[in-house]
Amino acid sequence: MRKRRLRGLRARLVVAFGLVATVAAITTGALTFREARTGVLQQSQDSTIRQLRAQLNQHAAELAVPPDEPALREFAHDMAATESQGSWRVLVTYGDLSGSSAPADPFTEVTPALREAVGSSRATVFQRVRDQGRTSLVVGMSILFGGRDTTPTATGVQVFLVVPQTTEQAYVDALVTAVERAMVAALALAVVLALLAARGVLVPVRKLRLATRRIAQGRLDTRLAVNGSDELADLSHTFNETAAALEASVAELRDMESRARRFAADVSHELRTPLAAMSAVTDVLDEDAARLDPDTATAVRLISEETVKLARLVDDLMEISRFDAGAAVLHLYEIDLAESIRRTLASRGWTDTVDTELPPPDALRGRVDPRRLDVVVANLVGNALKHGDRPVRVRLSGGDAAAVIEVRDSGPGIPPDVLPHVFERFYKSDTARIRSEGSGLGLAITAENIRIHGGTVRAANHPAGGAVFTVELPLRRDESPEEGPS
Amino acid sequence: MSRVLLIEDDPAVREGVALALRRQNHDVDATATGEEGMDRLRAFRPDIVVLDLMLPGMTGLDVCRGIRAVDQTLPIIMATARGDEVDIVVGLEAGADDYVVKPVLARVLDARIRAVLRRAAGGPPGAGGLPKIDTYGDLAVDRAGLTVALNGEPIALAPSELRLLLTLSASPGQVFSRQQLLEAVWEHDYHGDARLVDACVKRLRTKMSEPPRAPRYIHTVRGFGYRFSAP
Repeated sequence: MRKRRLRGLRARLVVAFGLVATVAAITTGALTFREARTGVLQQSQDSTIRQLRAQLNQHAAELAVPPDEPALREFAHDMAATESQGSWRVLVTYGDLSGSSAPADPFTEVTPALREAVGSSRATVFQRVRDQGRTSLVVGMSILFGGRDTTPTATGVQVFLVVPQTTEQAYVDALVTAVERAMVAALALAVVLALLAARGVLVPVRKLRLATRRIAQGRLDTRLAVNGSDELADLSHTFNETAAALEASVAELRDMESRARRFAADVSHELRTPLAAMSAVTDVLDEDAARLDPDTATAVRLISEETVKLARLVDDLMEISRFDAGAAVLHLYEIDLAESIRRTLASRGWTDTVDTELPPPDALRGRVDPRRLDVVVANLVGNALKHGDRPVRVRLSGGDAAAVIEVRDSGPGIPPDVLPHVFERFYKSDTARIRSEGSGLGLAITAENIRIHGGTVRAANHPAGGAVFTVELPLRRDESPEEGPS
Repeated sequence: MSRVLLIEDDPAVREGVALALRRQNHDVDATATGEEGMDRLRAFRPDIVVLDLMLPGMTGLDVCRGIRAVDQTLPIIMATARGDEVDIVVGLEAGADDYVVKPVLARVLDARIRAVLRRAAGGPPGAGGLPKIDTYGDLAVDRAGLTVALNGEPIALAPSELRLLLTLSASPGQVFSRQQLLEAVWEHDYHGDARLVDACVKRLRTKMSEPPRAPRYIHTVRGFGYRFSAP
């Protein structure tokens, strides 16, 4: 999750915006800084040189050549004094003699290489020297003699001027600070913009994600509010259309399904009245069949038997329809479950054919619908007797919360491909659809009857052979007062 | 041979059921509407009424209430469509003794009719022919004469109500489960509709003027069933 967040859209946007802002700020800052610094230094350098040259032109004549040391010193003092702020330090040399405006100053800034360069060149030499964190401009020039039309000759007097460039340095430092601050501001702005942009994208994306999840949970009426006309708005619009289409087709399917179910219910209902008349007279047919000629007797018995089956099928269909419509009602009564199972087997004449393993009387009581429990046990045992081999075994066990009914036969078991479908309606394991005794709804009704109790049923094959149906039924012993008058 | 008044609106069902019941040696009078059925009561003097709940005009429930208004003891069996859960409860509370779900086989309906009539004809097995009157507080039960009196006033009970009271009061203090009562009184099987018992107890308590919250004779034993005791 954390890794995903780091690779998320938001993080990626922040990094991209930050990078762009940083690169832009650095480039702009660097270029500006370089030009500004060059300009500032150049200007101060030019003005210093200009000033020095002017002073030299003015005072050079006062210096006697060759000068002695005190003269050199005085000259240096004079030159330094011309600068009003007193920041100039001047060194004047003639051969090995030298004089300076600051007597104890070693003039470390004036390097031998500079002296050499001044000695060999008639031009002005200058150098910026950085010493112990302080930048100074060193200007050196020779004093020349000569008129306008003659070649000037060197007097051998060399003047060196050292000017500290603290103002310029401060200026440049301020520039650097300004660029740094601008960069921080730009970066912060970039991050804010990136977050805003991410939000602009992420909020709709998150809404889309939530909406999609709601759709997946089955809330098909979920729609998104469409704002603006960008790609995300298009996406929201498409989402809404898709959801609407989905809702419509699901509604149509549900409608078709409910129509089909209603149709089944209506058909069963309509069949019931003629069947009621027919069922009433089957006993008359059975009684009189013996007195009819053999063919007619066979036909009459056939009608009688099939009428009974048809009545049972319609009955089962009605029952399934009621489950589908949610109209099945549970009538809960607390009973002895072992007794109930014993009675189910006894009323169908199965007491001797089915092995039972039941708790003693009144050891396991539960609130169930007795009629539905009867249907469940009868269907499972009937199914085992019909499709499995004997012995068929019914086992009842229970804890505090639930009872477990296990019906196991000794037949070949249920083929694996059939197993998931045993509780489906009208599911026939053999494709030939050989008609079996039941309506084909027995196990489906069983499953519904268990489900309405809040229980579960599962079909499996026992490792030792045979199919096992296991029913888990909640006992709900300590619930609200039972129904009926008290 | 018993006289059966059949009230059923569908002609085929009416004809089929009437035919089958006649074959079972019942004297059957069949009518198509509730109004007709009510008219036939006095002239035909049936031993039992088989009543379709879904009737046009006067409904089966109306007929049931109408019969009970003039005759507290005439046995009534309702014929209902499966799933008419509410109607069954209302019908039972209106005074029906039993019900069958259509489509019903003739032998099943015949068995129910005979069971109800047996209730009307005699108490539980073991009750002798000699007059035997048991008194429980203000209640006097004549097990041979099949009459019940409260404070000396006879109470008119329908067969199921009478048989239920006789069964419960034969063993005061004993708890009967609904399933036991279904078998003993209605001759249904163990998994029959226990609402028959609850509705019948309710009717019986009303006829015995039991205080609703504190019954004196028939007590509910929560989770088990009912118990009779003298106050």
